[in-house]
Amino acid sequence: MPLTPLSVPTLWRLARLDFDRVRQQHVLLYPEGAVLLNDTGAAILELCDGHRSVEAIAKILGERYNCDVEGDVTEYLSQLAEKELVRVG
Amino acid sequence: MSDSRPTTLLAELTYRCPLHCPYCSNPLNLVGAADELPTEVWTRVFSEARDIGVLQLGLSGGEPLARRDLEELTACAHRVGLYTTLVTSAVGFTPDRARALRDAGLDHVQISIQDIEPESADRIAGMAAARHKEPAAALVRQLGFAFTINVVLHRANLDRLEEIIDYAAALGADRLELANTQYYGWALENRAALMPTADQIARSQAVADAAIERYRGRMQIIYVLPDYFESYPKPCYGGWGRVYMVVAPDGRVLPCHGATHISTLRFDNVRDHSMEWIWEQSPAFLAFRGDAWMSEPCRSCPRKTIDFGGCRCQAFALTADATNTDPVCTLSPHHHLIEQARRDADEPTPYRYRYLKVEAAPA
Repeated sequence: MPLTPLSVPTLWRLARLDFDRVRQQHVLLYPEGAVLLNDTGAAILELCDGHRSVEAIAKILGERYNCDVEGDVTEYLSQLAEKELVRVG
Repeated sequence: MSDSRPTTLLAELTYRCPLHCPYCSNPLNLVGAADELPTEVWTRVFSEARDIGVLQLGLSGGEPLARRDLEELTACAHRVGLYTTLVTSAVGFTPDRARALRDAGLDHVQISIQDIEPESADRIAGMAAARHKEPAAALVRQLGFAFTINVVLHRANLDRLEEIIDYAAALGADRLELANTQYYGWALENRAALMPTADQIARSQAVADAAIERYRGRMQIIYVLPDYFESYPKPCYGGWGRVYMVVAPDGRVLPCHGATHISTLRFDNVRDHSMEWIWEQSPAFLAFRGDAWMSEPCRSCPRKTIDFGGCRCQAFALTADATNTDPVCTLSPHHHLIEQARRDADEPTPYRYRYLKVEAAPA
């Protein structure tokens, strides 16, 4: 299912967002895998709480970074949804 | 530290196992409990592994539940921040131990299924293991662990792939790993008995492709073709000494769990060295890291950054030289060995089961 501005993304039930003190980097851990995240990626995933829509997440980050990020947020979450690490309700 | 850090540690806690599967990835020359690392060395290994960057820990074996200190080891792994998976046959996964493992912080349980037909499953395992699977699966679900079922595929169960997949879904698996047998160690001994036909492979691929779509979003299915039926070799664990470490029950540290078959290598031991030293400096890890060791056709091949020359253990097992190109590669001058093995699959032989060597009684 393609992501729309009204989609509500959540992390896969089995995925866990963590901070790796060795690499000084956020990381998404799940069975048999790990994805190292940059600061922006981690900021997006921290806002995926099962209530906020893509649009709402983009608005918060847009205000934080003072630019339009909806395209980037949609693309990033679409990539993780393709890997089934993010589920869309 | 070097640029590349390990991400995954497989801790083979013991070679003891109630099952005798003829494709076991353990060495042929198995030893029993006498040489196993004590609890305090394992906990140091986990802590040092986390400090050099390891994120994922597999608690494996043999059957890891054969270790009475499994709960204590799990608690330590959780405390240092490792994502922890138990790789088990389910034999010995009792309600009490399951709850204790959950309380210790275990994240993920991976249960092996030998086949869907109990008689066939027990013939493959060399014991009555099938009846343990359903109660264990129910416990895993009830206690909220992440749940993977893994199935090693071969001639005897490949034609029931669709039923196996539906069975895994009915047991409530979040993930299903369907891995065709890789022919090292015991599986190489039993290759003629295990090798599927080309027809079986073609049919199973179609079944797996359809199931991956059918179960998308409910159960993640990973299907691994046998490398004997592919044109290019697999990038063994992302390349030798790049992301993966294995600690054997006696403390030897290996770049992959099949590496003990390479008899020309010597492996350093965590009893003598730190995990950091071994990752950075042990001769076995340096042996095939990078591409300086490569001979032709790998050396000048553009795929060398994709598959890293394939599996060193397979190159050694089939050509007696671990620096050769993996014979699975159609560019390898030894590829005829693979073609011959595929032809031999038309005349299957009985299993030679995996057993520990009987240890001499103490004097």
